[in-house]
Amino acid sequence: MHWLGQPFKERSTLIFLGVLLTALVAVTVLHLVVPQGHPLYVSAYTVNLFGKYLSYALLAVAVDLVWGYLGILSLGHGAFFALGGYAMGMYLMRQIGERGVYGHPVLPDFMVFLNWDSLPWYWYGFDSAWIAFPMVMLAPGLLALVFGFLAFRSRVTGVYLSIITQAMTFALMLAFFRNEMGFGGNNGLTDFRDILGFDLRSDQVRLGLFLATGIALALGFVLCRAIVTSKLGRVCVAARDAEARTRFLGYRVERVQLFVFVVSAMLAGVAGALYVPQVGIINPSEFSPLFSIEIVVWVALGGRATLYGAVIGAILVNYAKTVFTGIMPDAWLFALGGLFVLVTVLLPKGIAGVLAYRVRKRGVTENDGKEATA
Amino acid sequence: MSLLQSMAQRDRVFDFLVPSESPVDVRHGPILYMEDVTVSFDGFKAINDLNLTIDDGELRCIIGPNGAGKTTMMDIITGKTRPDTGSVWFGSRHNLLTLSEPEIARLGIGRKFQKPTVFEALTVFENLELAMATDKRVLPTLMARMNGDIRDRIDEVLGMIGLEAQYRQPAGILSHGQKQWLEIGMLLMQRPRLLLVDEPVAGMTEQEMERTAELLTGLAGKQSVVVVEHDMGFVRSIARKVTVLHQGSVLAEGTMDQVQSDPKVIEVYLGESEEAA
Repeated sequence: MHWLGQPFKERSTLIFLGVLLTALVAVTVLHLVVPQGHPLYVSAYTVNLFGKYLSYALLAVAVDLVWGYLGILSLGHGAFFALGGYAMGMYLMRQIGERGVYGHPVLPDFMVFLNWDSLPWYWYGFDSAWIAFPMVMLAPGLLALVFGFLAFRSRVTGVYLSIITQAMTFALMLAFFRNEMGFGGNNGLTDFRDILGFDLRSDQVRLGLFLATGIALALGFVLCRAIVTSKLGRVCVAARDAEARTRFLGYRVERVQLFVFVVSAMLAGVAGALYVPQVGIINPSEFSPLFSIEIVVWVALGGRATLYGAVIGAILVNYAKTVFTGIMPDAWLFALGGLFVLVTVLLPKGIAGVLAYRVRKRGVTENDGKEATA
Repeated sequence: MSLLQSMAQRDRVFDFLVPSESPVDVRHGPILYMEDVTVSFDGFKAINDLNLTIDDGELRCIIGPNGAGKTTMMDIITGKTRPDTGSVWFGSRHNLLTLSEPEIARLGIGRKFQKPTVFEALTVFENLELAMATDKRVLPTLMARMNGDIRDRIDEVLGMIGLEAQYRQPAGILSHGQKQWLEIGMLLMQRPRLLLVDEPVAGMTEQEMERTAELLTGLAGKQSVVVVEHDMGFVRSIARKVTVLHQGSVLAEGTMDQVQSDPKVIEVYLGESEEAA
């Protein structure tokens, strides 16, 4: 398993993990130790908001893995995120038990409302975390496996692949809107109470979810970095830039693509599963094509093919979204579009590109200094 | 019909049906054997009843005017294009028409494209590393470790292609000639039995051409090399045996002098080329 250790030899990964851990510790301390009313106090609401940003950051890392390194512009990663979210939502629904509005011991409220008399078969087992939590990765992974198998085997690439990923998430959105699907229709799943026996509305649990999301982001980042720095990562870059050449070298490009695509979908599923208990609802709008495009914008803003750029992009854009929609909600989409255009024109490599350039420049001046003194 | 054929090719779907990669059998002489191969695109016969035999260890030059079918022939050998009729054998054991591109590559047929295609974002060293003959399935590639043997092999090839000084540079900033050599180096990393080289000296300077000629003649004997080239001076400097293609089939075959004195050849190709030269 030496390949998993490879990222820890990179300075950029160590810096990223250092910053992330510092942020996690800082928020925890500021939330627990600093008294309420103090200007540095971080409220439970803010902790919750940060947790949401971190789950978006994990989603962005998953998208950057396939887009940045494999050249597959997926405009459907929202679907994997939502599937992971629904798997978690189903677990949380079953945890409500008799405390629902209708007080039915087994059926979630919306099923009682629809006059269903028994649980659909695909809801079985979701009352157990041992089944529901693995499904968070298996459901999106399976979709990615089937979808990717068909697409990559037929050598669908480029803009065509982007379009069919978009169609996939749109089709799923329409399906999940239907009450007959058994996922709560357009209201989705909500009114959650407990997770693993803990009250979801308590401040400690919110802090716990925030920390869990931060740790998931760190682990996901290291996993992606490990793939990217392995020989397989170099094969990905090779296939991105010269697919036919890679095939003639003897690599089965479609399998490489499928493997990385499935890993990415699973990470997106985990991000969705951590997102849902923090926002308290999952509904078909997460499948909307617009959301999947927004994810791509985060990655583009942060800088492709760096992974940490995706994290920066996701957090900054969503922070801006929170601020903006508070001031003038209607202008947000224009602001996002404007930001995207500005970055594409002025910073083609995104924010990470600017960071890398500054580091390199500093390195060069340092070397010059050494040569001058020698 | 083509649907039936594709359904019959179950080995391209199920891996376990693929015959295990057995060594190439060259006891009967030829390493590549093409018989009665025909390919047509929309009625145009790009390859017409082509018969070609390459011996083990041979350096063969293939010349012919534009549209003679040289590149299509390479596409057929490497599995990129499937012929309408005919048979193509690698040694006397492997029927190339039933294998996919990566399978053919793994058997030991390396191909250099007309336009140099190297992985520009990767360093020279990494380009060679990826080309190395090894287990190329997904998980073994993920777990792959660099070791002394691999490093030695890469250093050896770096020496052969004369890019030792550039090994840490991204391949994208190499000159045109250096990219061509790097690509030949990548083929060598695969330890191929048969090298297909498409126009290796196009756009090269006189000196670069000489180096390329040395490189290719140095390879013959250990590997079989098939060179497709337009530059007659270059062909003369390396070829022992030349095959002339014309309209998808073999027009003449022999030493450079024999071929050059063949009236048919003079008519379609050499005549005009000599005047031009």
